[in-house]
Amino acid sequence: MNFVVCVKQTPDTAELPKISAAEAVSGDIKATLVLNPWDEFAVEEGLLLEDRFGGDVTVVTVGPEKATEALKDAIARGVKSAILLDDPAFAGSDAWGTAAILAAAIKKNGPADVILTGKMSVDGNSGLVAPGLARKLGATLLTQVTKIVDISGGKITVERMLEEGRETITVSLPAVVSVSKEINEPRYPSFMGIRKAAKAAIPVWKLGDLGLSAGAVGTGAAKANWTDVRKPPARSSQVVMVKEATVDATAAKLADLLMAEKVI
Amino acid sequence: MSILVYIEQFDGKAAPVSWEVLGKARTLVDQLGGKLAAVVIGAGVEGVAKEAVSYGADVVHLVEDPSLAAFRIDPYAAVVEDLVKTHSPKIVLFPATARSRDLSAVVACDLDAGLAADCSDLSLVDGGLAAVRPVFSGNLLTTVRFNGPLAVASVRARSFPTPEANPGRAGEIVKSGPVAPTTGIREEIKSFEATATGEVSLTDAKIIVSGGRGVAKDPELGFKLIKELTDTLGGAMGASRAAVDAGYIAYKHQVGQTGKVVRPDLYIAAGISGAIQHLAGMGNAKIIVAINKDAEAPIFSVANYGVVGDLYEVVPALNAEFKKRLG
Ligand SMILES: Cc1cc2nc3c(=O)[nH]c(=O)nc-3n(C[C@H](O)[C@H](O)[C@H](O)COP(=O)(O)OP(=O)(O)OC[C@H]3O[C@@H](n4cnc5c(N)ncnc54)[C@H](O)[C@@H]3O)c2cc1C
Ligand SMILES: Cc1cc2nc3c(=O)[nH]c(=O)nc-3n(C[C@H](O)[C@H](O)[C@H](O)COP(=O)(O)OP(=O)(O)OC[C@H]3O[C@@H](n4cnc5c(N)ncnc54)[C@H](O)[C@@H]3O)c2cc1C
Repeated sequence: MNFVVCVKQTPDTAELPKISAAEAVSGDIKATLVLNPWDEFAVEEGLLLEDRFGGDVTVVTVGPEKATEALKDAIARGVKSAILLDDPAFAGSDAWGTAAILAAAIKKNGPADVILTGKMSVDGNSGLVAPGLARKLGATLLTQVTKIVDISGGKITVERMLEEGRETITVSLPAVVSVSKEINEPRYPSFMGIRKAAKAAIPVWKLGDLGLSAGAVGTGAAKANWTDVRKPPARSSQVVMVKEATVDATAAKLADLLMAEKVI
Repeated sequence: MSILVYIEQFDGKAAPVSWEVLGKARTLVDQLGGKLAAVVIGAGVEGVAKEAVSYGADVVHLVEDPSLAAFRIDPYAAVVEDLVKTHSPKIVLFPATARSRDLSAVVACDLDAGLAADCSDLSLVDGGLAAVRPVFSGNLLTTVRFNGPLAVASVRARSFPTPEANPGRAGEIVKSGPVAPTTGIREEIKSFEATATGEVSLTDAKIIVSGGRGVAKDPELGFKLIKELTDTLGGAMGASRAAVDAGYIAYKHQVGQTGKVVRPDLYIAAGISGAIQHLAGMGNAKIIVAINKDAEAPIFSVANYGVVGDLYEVVPALNAEFKKRLG
């Protein structure tokens, strides 16, 4: 069985507030870059599937050279093979462009049965790469997956958490599976793993390797353009501290204030 | 049609955010000209189509078949894509719920259209859609503009008010059946276990009361008190990740960057410090109340009202006061 895990390198979430609009637009982000937190669950699930069903896990990312660090993080957790997809022509891709690059790489790498992704990136936040990838590969799509029940007979059965409850669904392979954080407890990179990752030679595939034309990806192909990137308006409120002689009096005062706000 | 709105229904009940989106689309169509169309897919869902008319649709495409009773991506996407190809709307809007988000993505990708996900505001600029969405986990906003003839967006719950329903409103209901073959569908739903019966969903809630690690001393009592206040206010119960990770409460209650993004009128945070990842989920609440025993807790810097105190005392006292006022 072949498993592919798609990962993205994203800013450390604790440093997100420090990122200015100008930095985001230029893409030259000063914050510490890490494996997208949601993708830790996808990597972990790839490793678990490898144990359960046998086969190989490959981790891939579309990103600049420094995104190799995200691949190394996955290697340090136990993934054996990784590919960096990097070409100047990829810059400025929208979700469909990113999905097209990933789809071409997955095809080139050999047929994949299950492709895992995180739920969303903490920077782009779209959650569109998984559905885009499923369509570009002609694969089925499973999002919000909380448990992989079984893979057999060319099918995969999973549990998904939707607004109204838990769905158990079987779909044909290949499938793109975007995982939710309930699915597992990601392991940490191991000492041995970190040493392995430091030495790993990671192949870089470019536009030409993927058989893509420059016009199909990157800024020129993007159908959605981010404009006017800005900080959201700050909360204008100055906090009103409520303090009366007793807890009950404080609660009464607060209740009155909230009734007056007409939010109850 | 100039705008098509996908109305999400489950078990014959529309997701409330569908009407919020439809209401906003009505104001956009009034500027843009043309007709506002809605699509309702399912089995036995004519009631939802009639509701769509009452909320402002000029035309409702009601697509029914037993094979469409439960949401599955391929057959549902085929219906929406067929409508878009036949009627060439400029804009297609979806609620940003789990299922509709998937559907919006599949439809937009298949039609090679740009998509702005999880939008918090929509407007028209030079006759084209301008869709505002949070990025970098709410730390930045962008206005998405589109290349090409079609713009697609999904819209977060509570971004727009629910329009007033007018049951006497006139509108056309156009009935049709499935577009794709009804057999050999790649997705087979094996079972469904409803877990949220009777609960107000966090994303639709007007009022949310959340608890954090501050309940550590007695988590069971802490969340019982929080639940009582939630119920008195008719709201939904939330939690910080620390409370979820500690096993005090289920993950579905988690608010924040790796939980739910909510936009209530009132958010009461009890025993929550206000970490940046928590604020990413609730920073857009209209009124924030913080109850924390540490006067220096960062949550106070985003709160409108603050109480420095022990949540085991303040929360029940507040519950008692609201009970008096709400009867
Ligand atoms: C500075 C900046 C400017 C941008 N400008 C635009 C713009 O003008 N128009 C536009 O549409 N978008 C723009 N984007 C968004 C960018 O195109 C998306 O980030 C990208 O397409 C991936 O989508 P996402 O980050 O929303 O990932 P999501 O779909 O939220 O990610 C879900 C999962 O998909 C996988 N995944 C996502 N990205 C990758 C990747 N690169 N490699 C491998 N796997 C991945 C991961 O498993 C991830 O958990 C911009 C982003 C940045 C940071
Ligand atoms: C990648 C990533 C994603 C994350 N995603 C999320 C997310 O989605 N949601 C989220 O919430 N967090 C998230 N976090 C975690 C976040 O950083 C914080 O750790 C978490 O929000 C802290 O929860 P807390 O405020 O309940 O706990 P603490 O920070 O421990 O705060 C507890 C508060 O309770 C107060 N307190 C204690 N006892 C009492 C009492 N008796 N009465 C009143 N007050 C009391 C304390 O003064 C303190 O302020 C994420 C972190 C990372 C790294």
